[in-house]
Amino acid sequence: MIEFRSVTKRFPDGTLAVEDFNLVMPSRKTTVLVGSSGSGKTTLLRMINRMVDPTGGVVEIDGTDVASVEPVKLRRSIGYVMQNSGLLPHRKVVDNVATVPLLSRVPRKKARADALALLDVVGLDRALANRYPSQLSGGQQQRVGVARGLAVNPNILLMDEPFGAVDPIVRAELQRELIRLQRDLDKTVVFVTHDIEEAFLLADQVVILKHGGRIAQVGAPAEILAHPADDFVASFVGADRGRRALHVENHGGGDILVDSEGRLAGVLAAASASEAKAGPVSGPGASAQGQDPR
Amino acid sequence: MSWVWSNLDLIWDRTLDHVVLSVPPIVLALLLSVPLGALANRYRVSRGVILSAAGLLYAIPSLPLLIVIPAVVGTSARSPVTLIIALTLYGIALMVRVVADGLASVDPDVRQSASAVGSSAWQSFWHVELPLSGPVLLAGLRVVAVSTVSLATIGAVIGVKSLGSLFTDGLQRGIQAEVLSGIVMTVLLAVILDALIVAAGHALMPWSRTPLPVRSRNGAPGGAEA
Repeated sequence: MIEFRSVTKRFPDGTLAVEDFNLVMPSRKTTVLVGSSGSGKTTLLRMINRMVDPTGGVVEIDGTDVASVEPVKLRRSIGYVMQNSGLLPHRKVVDNVATVPLLSRVPRKKARADALALLDVVGLDRALANRYPSQLSGGQQQRVGVARGLAVNPNILLMDEPFGAVDPIVRAELQRELIRLQRDLDKTVVFVTHDIEEAFLLADQVVILKHGGRIAQVGAPAEILAHPADDFVASFVGADRGRRALHVENHGGGDILVDSEGRLAGVLAAASASEAKAGPVSGPGASAQGQDPR
Repeated sequence: MSWVWSNLDLIWDRTLDHVVLSVPPIVLALLLSVPLGALANRYRVSRGVILSAAGLLYAIPSLPLLIVIPAVVGTSARSPVTLIIALTLYGIALMVRVVADGLASVDPDVRQSASAVGSSAWQSFWHVELPLSGPVLLAGLRVVAVSTVSLATIGAVIGVKSLGSLFTDGLQRGIQAEVLSGIVMTVLLAVILDALIVAAGHALMPWSRTPLPVRSRNGAPGGAEA
């Protein structure tokens, strides 16, 4: 469990990034911090592994104040995946995955063998192991980034807009993979994004942030959709524009879901769709969940 | 040409002298520039001081420097060590800026990700920042190597034997072939050292010459690493 207690961060230039932030992120669940730029979401994420130290308040992991743990040691125990993968361009894929074990002096042979196994876990061909990151596609690089984040088998995985820089098709694929991974691995995932669709798709707990790290609403995706706390949340999730208010139209015998702006949102599927993780019944989101083998 | 054939031994000896004079300064300049360049890259104040000092150092004419060094260090004026120290200083003057710029050119995302996964500052420097500035360092070292080989000829003026001795001797005695062979061997030596450095760079940095198929879109394949 990760707990923020009255956390404040004021940067040296005077900017107040986060003020009096309180939140519990439950273990083995995915918490998604979502907000536009300036909402302090990345700052909050980075306070967990001490890339940023708060100027006030406490961040605790399972009851231990992170400020009492040496940053290098703390970071090696937490998986970190960032946008643009952050891979080392001068290291082969397999060595990139093994970065942290090698830093912690795990024998090279074992570190590499473990890294190869992790490539399987994230769905990458082992044939890519000896390539350099620049020889991979954006989606493949991002998978390597995830494998690196998992390399020390951390309890916590921090993901800072990891799929922000790949195209929508690859992003949908990576999101599905993450859902599958999370089902198998059961990590405490903290995920940062500005994309509300992504947040609803991946999250057990969504945290919608306003400017300066103020919490607009916390809850499961279905709660937020059903009962937006205020106009800001309604606007953020698109409910005010009628994008979430779907109705059925019959077109030549087929049932089509249409939002109140007239945008086609998808088709009405058989009842099994309602078993899927509570989320918006929108086109891409719904189909992504529907294709999940369960 | 007959002078060349009858003096092959002399040319070979001066060439060896020249190698002994020019290789140590190239290596020393590289080794000493890395910590200095890292320091210059670290703080704004140290950057100003170190890079200005390096610039001034290169502006000192070589003959006064060769006179000052024995006075300061206590070597004999005619010792090869004096010349090696002078050439090392010139090498550092060029190389420090290259190291500082090379380190500054490392993608901040990569540096940050190294720290995010738990590299200490020391590990990040040796495993990430220094290797990634390698291509820039290599380019700078090639300039230092060629300039050092050429500068080493000045040794002849203070009586340290080198290929430069062939110029001075040839000029005094009016032997054009001797002057010419000095020039040819100096150029040849510079070219060979340059090729060796490039080959070493290829061997040490295989990643810097891999094809970049996916990033060609933005028109800057590989950026500084390429």
